[in-house]
Amino acid sequence: MLRVIDPGPLTTVQDAGRFGYQQFGVPVSGAMDGYALRAANTLVGNAWHAAGLEIAFEGPTLEASDSYLIAVTGVGFEMRVHKRVMPLWTAIFVRRGREIQLGSRQRGGWCYLAIAGGIQTPPVLGSQATYLRGGFGGVEGRALRAGDVLPAGLPARAPLELAGRYLPEEKRPAYGERPTVEVILGPQADRFTEEGRQTFLSSEYKISLSSDRMGYRLEGPSVAHSAGADLISDGLVAGSIQIPASGQPIVMMSDCPTTGGYPKIAAVASADMPLLAQCPPGTGRLRFRETTVEAAQARWRAMMNGLKASIVEPDEDMF
Amino acid sequence: MTPEPWPRYKAVGDSALAVEFGDEIDPAINRQVHALAYLLNQDPLAGFREVAPTYCSLLVHYDPLLADYEAVLAWAADHVSRTRAAFPAPPRRVEIPTVYGGAAGPDLDFVARHNHLSADEVIRIHSGTEYVVYMMGFTPGFAYLGSLEAAIATPRLETPRTLVRAGSVGIAGRQTGVYPIDSPGGWRIIGHTRLSLFDLTRDPPFLLAPGDVVRFVPTNAESD
Repeated sequence: MLRVIDPGPLTTVQDAGRFGYQQFGVPVSGAMDGYALRAANTLVGNAWHAAGLEIAFEGPTLEASDSYLIAVTGVGFEMRVHKRVMPLWTAIFVRRGREIQLGSRQRGGWCYLAIAGGIQTPPVLGSQATYLRGGFGGVEGRALRAGDVLPAGLPARAPLELAGRYLPEEKRPAYGERPTVEVILGPQADRFTEEGRQTFLSSEYKISLSSDRMGYRLEGPSVAHSAGADLISDGLVAGSIQIPASGQPIVMMSDCPTTGGYPKIAAVASADMPLLAQCPPGTGRLRFRETTVEAAQARWRAMMNGLKASIVEPDEDMF
Repeated sequence: MTPEPWPRYKAVGDSALAVEFGDEIDPAINRQVHALAYLLNQDPLAGFREVAPTYCSLLVHYDPLLADYEAVLAWAADHVSRTRAAFPAPPRRVEIPTVYGGAAGPDLDFVARHNHLSADEVIRIHSGTEYVVYMMGFTPGFAYLGSLEAAIATPRLETPRTLVRAGSVGIAGRQTGVYPIDSPGGWRIIGHTRLSLFDLTRDPPFLLAPGDVVRFVPTNAESD
């Protein structure tokens, strides 16, 4: 198991999300950057839906109670094992009793720690994802605290077989502070003026500091409605872009409510959700570009299905 | 230009399809939404994740790694043609014992004044109507119930309360509902029920489901 020495301000257990209960108003939750968690799981030989830790702001310090294979992926963090800096996006063998320290190097950004065998907490409504507002999932529905212990499951393969494998930078999403993210227009793009749609697709938006796991608030040129900003509530997905009366877009993220009553001009392509999630509030700026649902699905499939093949085996004697 | 006929199919990102049956709050439209939800759940396509019914549309969530948009669209459209025929099962009926007014319902008097009625008349009208769970959302277990009689319809609070306790029965416009968990809220609180709308230690955790028929039963016997 992993013992939490210092939890950091916002470290939670997350997985690929809680599906099946949206009709009862239960948000999906799960990793903000689902690609990074999946990559971490793949590096250590886990199933793609295994639970790991999601880390925001300053990272935690953990102690390994046994020897484990771990991988940390994501943006803006530095990892030290037994005080030595270790690479991210790499399967690392950690000896029993060693300390794993994650420190932030820049504002914003999320990182993911996967452990071979997966973090084992009791599933709630079919998922281990922590839903903080609802107070369930993960460890008692809350962020980690000092003294928590996180049991790990049995690894599928011997840890040393996989140690040293890594995902090269050119295979990772093009994370940065100025991403262009693709969107599929609709379902209420017709509730905006032609000029409003053009404003949305041609302007740069800043990510507000009042952004969180529920939604990223954007600041920039107002997007004009053609038929008012009130709608009979309908369903949302992570990536749905709602535009309230102010004209300032809000992108719904992992913990977003299942329904909403503002017109949605578009939704972000799954393949670009990692870029959006990792674009830092306060300093990050983004632009939108229109795509089709077919093209978006093709990109997402190539990205997810290509992950395993993109992993590079280490040179002999490297680790 | 003639408007596009219902239902309308719209991609919601690359992982969901919205099937829209209308653009107003109407029991007949909402019944079609629940009927399609039922039919799709009975005959799931590979990659289908779940449905989220709302007032006039059904959001069909799917895994884009396992199903593509065209396939989901064809599957949903195939079932839409059958939603008008017959609703598959009679709705479940749920009674919600409710203490009205006083500390349990601090806004009851306002709702009465706003509608030029007595508090007793508000209670009689609110508890004398059968409501349908049009949709769920806002927080886990929160059911949007309609339609509330126009005679007691009341706008939301101008400034929402930072804390509404679980079990509070509220009114907003022509809707009514019960807060499942302690949460902020802007609905006018007219009563309280000791029933738990969301309890993870219970199976199922949710008291209500979309399509259920609900009636509030006035009671004084509350121990809280």
